[in-house]
Amino acid sequence: MAQVKNRLTPFFENITFDREDNELVLNFGPQHPSAHGQLRLMLHLQQEQIVKAHPDVGYLHRGMEKMAENMIYNEFMPTTDRMDYIASSSNNYGFALAVEKLIGLEVPRRAKVIRMMLLEINRLMSHLFWLATTALDIGAMTVFLFAFREREYLMDIIEGYCGARLTHAAIRIGGVPLDIQDDFLHQLRVFLNKLPQNIKDYEDLLDTNRIWLMRMEEVGTISKEMAHSWGCTGPMLRASGTAWDIRKEEPYELYDEVEFNVPYSDKGDNFARYRIYMEEMRETAKILYQTIEMYEKCVENNETALMAHAPKYISAPKLDIMTQNYSLMQHFVLVTQGMRPPVGEVYVATESPKGELGFFINSQGGPYPYRLKLRAPSFWHTGILTDLLPGHYIPDVVSIIGTTNIVFGEVDR
Amino acid sequence: MRAYTPKDDVQAKSYYTDRFYVAPQVPKDDVSTDATFSADLEAIKAKFEVKDAFIQVEQMVVYINANDIYGVLELMRDELAYTQLTEMSAIDWLAKDNTFEIFYQMLSMTKRKRIRIKYFIENGQAVDSVEKLFRSADWSEREMFDMFGIEANNHPFMKRILMPYDWQGNPLLKTYPLEGDEFAAWYEVDKIYGKEAREAIGPEIRDTARVDRYDSERFARLGFEVPKGTEITDDMPRTEQNYQEEGGVFMVTKLDKKSSKVIDDPQR
Repeated sequence: MAQVKNRLTPFFENITFDREDNELVLNFGPQHPSAHGQLRLMLHLQQEQIVKAHPDVGYLHRGMEKMAENMIYNEFMPTTDRMDYIASSSNNYGFALAVEKLIGLEVPRRAKVIRMMLLEINRLMSHLFWLATTALDIGAMTVFLFAFREREYLMDIIEGYCGARLTHAAIRIGGVPLDIQDDFLHQLRVFLNKLPQNIKDYEDLLDTNRIWLMRMEEVGTISKEMAHSWGCTGPMLRASGTAWDIRKEEPYELYDEVEFNVPYSDKGDNFARYRIYMEEMRETAKILYQTIEMYEKCVENNETALMAHAPKYISAPKLDIMTQNYSLMQHFVLVTQGMRPPVGEVYVATESPKGELGFFINSQGGPYPYRLKLRAPSFWHTGILTDLLPGHYIPDVVSIIGTTNIVFGEVDR
Repeated sequence: MRAYTPKDDVQAKSYYTDRFYVAPQVPKDDVSTDATFSADLEAIKAKFEVKDAFIQVEQMVVYINANDIYGVLELMRDELAYTQLTEMSAIDWLAKDNTFEIFYQMLSMTKRKRIRIKYFIENGQAVDSVEKLFRSADWSEREMFDMFGIEANNHPFMKRILMPYDWQGNPLLKTYPLEGDEFAAWYEVDKIYGKEAREAIGPEIRDTARVDRYDSERFARLGFEVPKGTEITDDMPRTEQNYQEEGGVFMVTKLDKKSSKVIDDPQR
């Protein structure tokens, strides 16, 4: 390659750094450790106080909606892993459920139970990760190490199930590909029996910790109106006084059969969100205990089906494909051409660990979705920083970004 | 004759569709089957023109006029308790009839209901911003502008959000290829070195995944390696390298390609 003169000049989008007034423009990120990935914030400062905040996203934009329009439905499943990569099964599930609703499929009960287990394990993983990184941002190294240790056990269980630790692709349209491994339930029980003590350890370290309280209490207060107006969901909404959990209000899978509470708070500040994450971990453990019982009942009743029976859309079980000619032919068509869902539209929302994860699919009867819109909760939880940050001080930025629990795979998609 | 490839929709197409295949429809229910939805629809109908309304997969879809959107969403928020704008975006129908379909996904937490408000706009027409009603529309309208080029009137900051500010083209249009257009391919080169450097740099350097068979610095000549840094020209013969021990090892005979027999006839 010939030597070509480099024309790289700083590019600051018409932002003047020299100002007549006393305002300073600070460029926070996109490579800041506490920016949780690729968040860039343009902060206008008066002394240390923020007067204007301008979140700039898109550094991790991969065009997933475009990719979806050029992929058959099953092909897109591993791509959904890369949205919220902290809890990737919940993305798989949201997409699978949307396509199932579009087709009108009923998933076998055993698969539903396994899916619920995976979803709740993912929720625990995500909440533990949140706790670890937020505590680390605030400076609590111990909590980070503790929470990552517990998350590691969960990752091992998931790895035993699907072979992957972060990008699971563990759920298929129409069910789950595999039954859980032999020691899955045992490992899960061992973990769950220890979890209350673990959560108590975190709380002992944080709840009365003076530094933690100073960084969390009365910081980043989101009013109920603001949360609704910005389309906040999940813990962000529940911390602001609305007890809205899609698992409870619009139950999917078997969430109407399990008992759990929806923790919520009226305070709306960072500390309220922290408390909600901790309480949700306890509720998730409750759900997981119940799913273990449900699974054992499935085994007792000899319900073995893991995938829905719908030859037009779903391949037959492997045994049938290998032994029956017609199943093999159908499998071949479904793999090479892809399934063709009916013409229509569907929007399906699920409660991912971060909030409402929605998939909007417009199908024109072809093997590729005509339009697929990914509704990721973190997108709006990042947008709210525009209104939330002004009035706060620089150190608050870090703790507020922490408690919004944004993941940039999901924001930028 | 060369097969005709449409320019207005360059997305992936099914390579085979049965001639007699009729795609089934997702059933549409009448609004009167649901009491809450029919009450909501009556309230909207009292003030605005409703072009079509039905229930599909547990959610009501309402088609309205494009310039009623602000009023309809205001009515829904203030009187019908649809307090959240969950999502809004567009669907590209330019290839079919030069229109965009805009949808607004609304959620009522007290009624536990979801309604999708939809309308069509012509290509080049702008939509009315609802950012004053729902702050979440601030970002979603920017995303729609970024992806489809649809502008929103009265929006406070109508700039791209996911793509760079100086990007050309709207990625989610059906006319935009998946691998990007020429501008996308040369974006970094144009920006860092200038357009005139395109020739000097060439497509092979631009593409980081490219493997050059004349490159003796990397592992591009597997089986035909030369000492590192050797100048390789087009007419240079490719001499195969063998890495098996001269004497052979226990139980393994050294492969001699010249004396080995290649079976050409698959039937034998």
